[in-house]
Amino acid sequence: MLKLEKRAQPSQVWTYATPLLAVLVTMVAGGLMFAALGEAPVTAIRTIFWDPLFGQFAAFSRPQLLVKAAPLILIAVGLSFGFRAGIWNIGAEGQYIMGAICAAAVGLAFYPLEARWLIFPLMILAGLLGGMGWAMIPALLRVRFGTNEILVSLMLVYVAESLLATMALGPLRNPDGMGFPGSRNLSQYASSANLELIARTGMHWGVVFALVSVILAYGLLSRHIFGFNVRLSGDSPKAAAFSGVQPGRLIIACMAISGALAGAAGMFEVAGPSGQISIDFNVGYGFTAIIVAYLGRLHPLGILLAGFLMALTYIGGEVAQLTLGLPRSAIQLFQGMLLFFLLAMDLLTNYRVRFTKTGGA
Amino acid sequence: MDISSINWALLLASLMVAATPILLAAIGELVVERAGVLNLGVEGMMISGAVCGFIVAHHSGSPWLGFLGAALGGAALSVLFAVLVLNLLSNQVATGLALTLFGLGMSSLVGRGYNGIKAPVFDKVDIPLLSDIPVLGPILFQHDLMVYLGLALVISTWAVLNHTRAGLILRAVGENHEAAHALGYKVVGIRYLAIMFGGACAGLGGAYISLVRVPQWTDGMTAGAGWIALAIVVFAGWKPWRLLIGAYLFGGVTVLQLNLQAAGVAIPVEYLSMSPYIATILVLVIMSAGRAPGSLGRTFHASR
Repeated sequence: MLKLEKRAQPSQVWTYATPLLAVLVTMVAGGLMFAALGEAPVTAIRTIFWDPLFGQFAAFSRPQLLVKAAPLILIAVGLSFGFRAGIWNIGAEGQYIMGAICAAAVGLAFYPLEARWLIFPLMILAGLLGGMGWAMIPALLRVRFGTNEILVSLMLVYVAESLLATMALGPLRNPDGMGFPGSRNLSQYASSANLELIARTGMHWGVVFALVSVILAYGLLSRHIFGFNVRLSGDSPKAAAFSGVQPGRLIIACMAISGALAGAAGMFEVAGPSGQISIDFNVGYGFTAIIVAYLGRLHPLGILLAGFLMALTYIGGEVAQLTLGLPRSAIQLFQGMLLFFLLAMDLLTNYRVRFTKTGGA
Repeated sequence: MDISSINWALLLASLMVAATPILLAAIGELVVERAGVLNLGVEGMMISGAVCGFIVAHHSGSPWLGFLGAALGGAALSVLFAVLVLNLLSNQVATGLALTLFGLGMSSLVGRGYNGIKAPVFDKVDIPLLSDIPVLGPILFQHDLMVYLGLALVISTWAVLNHTRAGLILRAVGENHEAAHALGYKVVGIRYLAIMFGGACAGLGGAYISLVRVPQWTDGMTAGAGWIALAIVVFAGWKPWRLLIGAYLFGGVTVLQLNLQAAGVAIPVEYLSMSPYIATILVLVIMSAGRAPGSLGRTFHASR
């Protein structure tokens, strides 16, 4: 008979071991899934996890790793604050879109002025504020009316997607685009382009921003009173209330951080890799970042590693789509499975499994 | 712009159809939440139901078998969630999100070869005599049977929850799982049943979209209906009869914006199509007066 005993402290060993274990189990389960789809499992797994880094076309796919990891890491770092404090912003996808729209609007407003020193920083600011403003809607409604922030932030994703379509077809449409939907290409406009800083590495300003945010978040969480309050509110809301943490302020701060970082991710994407506001601009980074945040144990350094792993599955998925004809949804399913296994294995972190002789409990 | 061209009786009739998928999913989730479990995977279970229902109906030619398949598909997915949160004691919010991501991925993988095929026709039923009443007849009594099944489900859920011993036990488990456990009720077993009921209902709701409302399969076709169902449960204050108001309110906004689009109102289509979501937010702000079940979202671990 198995019996679970709650640990007084989460196990240190399992905290680090479960993400690795979850990745391995997902590979096995994914292999079975690919086998069921009629693919050779080992080939499929190798195509996704090995070929993008060391395969035949690695020279093309390796830079993509940084390009895809940057938004995931940025958004996940922001989300980790709220998730630790029990504040569930799951509408990062919407904040990402709004950041991109605001940044693009600022950039296009100055077109064709050549003043990179002014326009590029202003766009970053617009991205930060756009995402933050969008996140303030669920935050303020939660604080003022007690409205559920999960549902409101999610509803706003659909609203943001509609706004994106409006912008791509209307106000931000390229006047020289011969009627095609989508804005001017911001990555071809010298003042707004989010360029590769080192050629053929995929390293752009967003990557720098993501790395800085990881370091700042680490400092904030482990060395600053704000980080302490965030962790305290998540572990023991009552203790937090007694020590004078104001829940309203904490909610607003956490939502502001996650919204701003998601907005910044949108800005770097629209000015660089994507280049323009278009109807299909968003590809689900805001949702995948939730998995990244969990896989990284809501810890900035863990998120950094998890971001790269998740970026790898994105790229590997594209490679597998081209070479094996695997559907894109298979990768989505794969990512969902990873989160499942991770959550399941967290049992080992928080509980001790004991064997007892009889059924008595 | 010609608002007078909208046929209001037809609009009210289609309101009932538009509200049905959300009503079905919401009544399932209401039971789950009354048992103290927050399953945020409704969207994932709905889309799985939509694809399962479509595939079964397409191959068997029978919409009814399709609905059965959808209910089984939704319930099967919900068992995954139940194992995680009830046996492996994982965080309910995160697990629900994982279920949604998983369901969206799985449905588009499974439904890959079925895009753009038309679903077998699901007959409407004219209720004798009643359907002949002018105005009210077409609005209320000329629908397919799932519309009435949804209503019957709401009424029977209300009756079971409030007037039977089983309902009382379910509510006790949801209000205070420790006390219910101390009284000897099987908290985990009861929650398993509730979660599977919720999954089956969400599956039915999804299948109603792919078999009746649209009626074909497209990727991601539930478009947030599962989340709206979750919102409506909060709006209803966890009371079945208020669920009806919420679902019809939402159905009304959806149908009205579609009609306004068709009537060529000067508002851009994108602004109209975001209106159901904005309406849901507004409704949540104004009407979040209900009291949630005491143990909602808390992990139950029988330590003694």
